Amino acid sequence: MSSLYTEIIQDAYRHPRHRGELAHPTHSYEDENPLCGDMLRVELRVENGHIVDAKFQGRGCAISQAAAELMMEKVENQPVSAVTELTKDVVLEELGLPSISPARLKCALLPLEVLRRAVSGQTDAR
Amino acid sequence: MTVQLNSASLDVRALRQDFPLLQRTMRGKPLVYLDSAATSQKPRAVLDALERYYERSNANVHRGVYELAEEATAAYEAARQTLASFIGATPEETIFVRNATEAINLVAYAWGRHNVHQGDVVVLTELEHHSNLVPWQILAQEVGADLAFIGLHPDGTLDLENLDRQLQTGRVRLVASTYISNVLGTITPVAEIVRRAHAGGAIVLIDGAQAVPHIPVDVRALDVDFLAFTGHKMLGPMGIGVLYGRQQILEEMPPFLGGGEMIRRVSARTSTWNELPWKFEAGTPNVGDAVALARAVEYLQSVGMEAIGDHDRQLARCAMDRLQAIDGVRVHGPEERGAVVAFTLDGVHPHDLASVLDEQGIAVRAGHHCAQPLHERLGVPATTRASFYLYNDEGDVEKLIAGIDVARRVLQA
Repeated sequence: MSSLYTEIIQDAYRHPRHRGELAHPTHSYEDENPLCGDMLRVELRVENGHIVDAKFQGRGCAISQAAAELMMEKVENQPVSAVTELTKDVVLEELGLPSISPARLKCALLPLEVLRRAVSGQTDAR
Repeated sequence: MTVQLNSASLDVRALRQDFPLLQRTMRGKPLVYLDSAATSQKPRAVLDALERYYERSNANVHRGVYELAEEATAAYEAARQTLASFIGATPEETIFVRNATEAINLVAYAWGRHNVHQGDVVVLTELEHHSNLVPWQILAQEVGADLAFIGLHPDGTLDLENLDRQLQTGRVRLVASTYISNVLGTITPVAEIVRRAHAGGAIVLIDGAQAVPHIPVDVRALDVDFLAFTGHKMLGPMGIGVLYGRQQILEEMPPFLGGGEMIRRVSARTSTWNELPWKFEAGTPNVGDAVALARAVEYLQSVGMEAIGDHDRQLARCAMDRLQAIDGVRVHGPEERGAVVAFTLDGVHPHDLASVLDEQGIAVRAGHHCAQPLHERLGVPATTRASFYLYNDEGDVEKLIAGIDVARRVLQA
């Protein structure tokens, strides 16, 4: 029915397991895409160099929200260094997309960008 | 017997044959083009006119003594006459520009900087496209003027109460309003705005980008002082548009851009200005596109602007009715509207909806449509917009509705 909205994306969008907030995050970052109004907040709890809890909140399209869910799933229970290994190709692979239009690529990459900034200890853009 | 023109009077199937691009497929499916508010497609006649100009008549215009230059000049000035007649203006009042944005900037710079001073007010509406907002923000900041806004009723029509209140202060120099909203489709009461503004000592600029392509517009009947519109939304090429200005105001205005063509006499330290309209057309003009735009106007006139207006209105009505029947769809804007229908669907982001429709060969636009303040007013970050023109019919609306059904199945929880 749709080659863009893969089963993976539909499932991650409809049934996110990492949507929410942490009581005591050690790292957080929030940003928005002014072009489309999408907003994303990532909260992490890091202990001994490992991400033990990862949550996101936000509003936006299915691509960005599904990518957020999949990125949280990918880094949870991983060393912080795992975040630096994430690339555009990894994101697309996780989404199950061989390619994506330039217009939608920014949606797919917003969560990775926010995650990187959270890990690097940047304070919120807002 | 009066014959009521309706959409049945437009032979859409035949018209569509005139548009080469509409014959192509998109993602293996027939293209359903519902983004004419962004840009229209072009009929063969316009493409041919452009090609014929460059194949047969191309030379730089004005002051050429050879025959070909005279031919190009004649074609350019004939195009101006066609555009002038189309809106009820004279050629002196019809200035070729790149697009509606440039037309509005021309007024903001050349008229605004000499007529709007500290403490003065420019009145806009909450409907405006960024092109009729940002130039006034820049002007206001530069000269220390204030901006005021005509608000909206809940249905998206203008509430003129604030216009009257502002005019009573005696500080309003200009009222700048859209004619048809590119988001809500609202048709503003231009003649009434002009009547009140003139009584209050202000002049009026109308952004006609969405109106001139779709309904008959006569600058004398409306009594507007400036009208800006663009060619590419009315079957013409990109890169050519028109600024109409009332002759007396244009004569009192200094030039916008300096250079060739706009001068009468140039000495080392000073220059004098050319006659209207050339005073405002510095540099080599866009002759080929002007000629092609005139051909587009002739095409529109052969179909009939009244008929196109009725057709567009009926199609927008049909789309609204069908969309509002879908659970979770909210159509923004008034019942009576131009050929634009912006809507939101519960649980589905506008960009996702546009992407799913794109997979079915349906081209709609998603986002804030260069009207961010209006979307803030509507309380939504973005909308999905379908817009129609003379080559669309109810079959296209049916495909849109079927496409939305697919989007609901793919994306709604």
